[in-house]
Amino acid sequence: MSTPTTPLWEVFIRSRTGLAHKHVGSLHAADATLAVQAARDLYTRRGEGNSVWVVPSSAITASDPNDKGMMFDPADSKVYRHPTFYEVPDEVGHM
Amino acid sequence: MYAQSLNQQVEGTTAPEDAEAAARFQARVDAEERIEPNDWMPAAYRRTLVRQISQHAHSEIVGMLPEGNWITRAPSLRRKAALIAKVQDECGHGMYLYAAAETLGVTREQLVDELLAGKAKYSSIFNYPTLTWADIGAIGWLVDGAAIMNQIPLCRCSFGPYSRAMIRVCKEESFHQRQGYEIMLTLARGTAAQKVMAQDALNRWWWPCLMMFGPPDAQSQHSDASTRWKIKRFSNDALRQKFVDATVPQAHFLGLTLPDPALRFNEATSHWEFGEIDWTEFKQVLAGNGPCNRDRMAARRAAHTSGDWVREAAQAYAAKERARSAAAAGAA
Ligand SMILES: [Fe+2]
Ligand SMILES: [Fe+2]
Repeated sequence: MSTPTTPLWEVFIRSRTGLAHKHVGSLHAADATLAVQAARDLYTRRGEGNSVWVVPSSAITASDPNDKGMMFDPADSKVYRHPTFYEVPDEVGHM
Repeated sequence: MYAQSLNQQVEGTTAPEDAEAAARFQARVDAEERIEPNDWMPAAYRRTLVRQISQHAHSEIVGMLPEGNWITRAPSLRRKAALIAKVQDECGHGMYLYAAAETLGVTREQLVDELLAGKAKYSSIFNYPTLTWADIGAIGWLVDGAAIMNQIPLCRCSFGPYSRAMIRVCKEESFHQRQGYEIMLTLARGTAAQKVMAQDALNRWWWPCLMMFGPPDAQSQHSDASTRWKIKRFSNDALRQKFVDATVPQAHFLGLTLPDPALRFNEATSHWEFGEIDWTEFKQVLAGNGPCNRDRMAARRAAHTSGDWVREAAQAYAAKERARSAAAAGAA
């Protein structure tokens, strides 16, 4: 009774405000055309967006959660990458 | 929703696990961090979530049946459009939830097969029949109302994909409840016969809705782990009381009475106290002996079987297209 598995797709929607496409969820579809149609039905029933991307989930390479510290902690100590680190006298005005 | 009333036993841990990893996991949960699919998690946490989320998904899907029963007989185009939109939303909820369960390492096909084989549970409420149009009003108002009570705390569930699915679902539920209440209000303010119909629907749905929250706290001995893991935020009884307190005044506004002679407002606690729930009925329905259990399963199986050719055709077409573009790439 088991059915052959239908490929999984990740769905990205650009909201009407023109922001970047944002991941909204995933769905199963036999091919890309059907995935776009299913994404329309599943994720934009209330005007959530005006553009859809679908990507085969198998095409995504993700960072390893075990490497989280090694990957992302170094940024924590680099305060000099932020504008507030630098002192500019008030007299100079907005910069 | 539904998940909660069914997911009574939390799996015991079988093998001794990495105690250090377990402590780190619990610390993250305690700090209100979200656990994501690739993160380390206790095997029992994973199993509990797979079962709860898939039961929840099945409930959304089976839940389309009682309401679908009235789509062709809705009394106006406005009501029909709303009902179709609602049933379509419920399908969407099922899809979001299956996808969340799949992140834990099960396949959609496995989950669907379990439901069709009668091995998986879904909410008891969907095993009751929709006899009149007023039942559509009562379902939206009461069943979706109870679902909302349950789903709002799940938006803060510790498992990221489940909590994100719940946030989407909750955004859509409010329309479901309001359209149901509007139907009840129209009937309650209509002819004498319409008012009788509304009262009859309320009489039949009230107690099954209270059962949706699951067994009393004293009897649900295994919710400790779910609470510790921050899957469950409120007890069954606390949520049930919240629902009763919110719903009784809404029924009174409709000019309808609740089918509970013991119902009374306690001035001291500011809560509505209600009568004894018939837990034997609940157990019977869960065991497969409700009024519509067999019908619901038969309808799901028929829908699945008659969709077989569509899935096969789509797969065959996709395979053909892949072969074509491979050949074209080879020729170029
Ligand atoms: Fe739903
Ligand atoms: Fe709903």
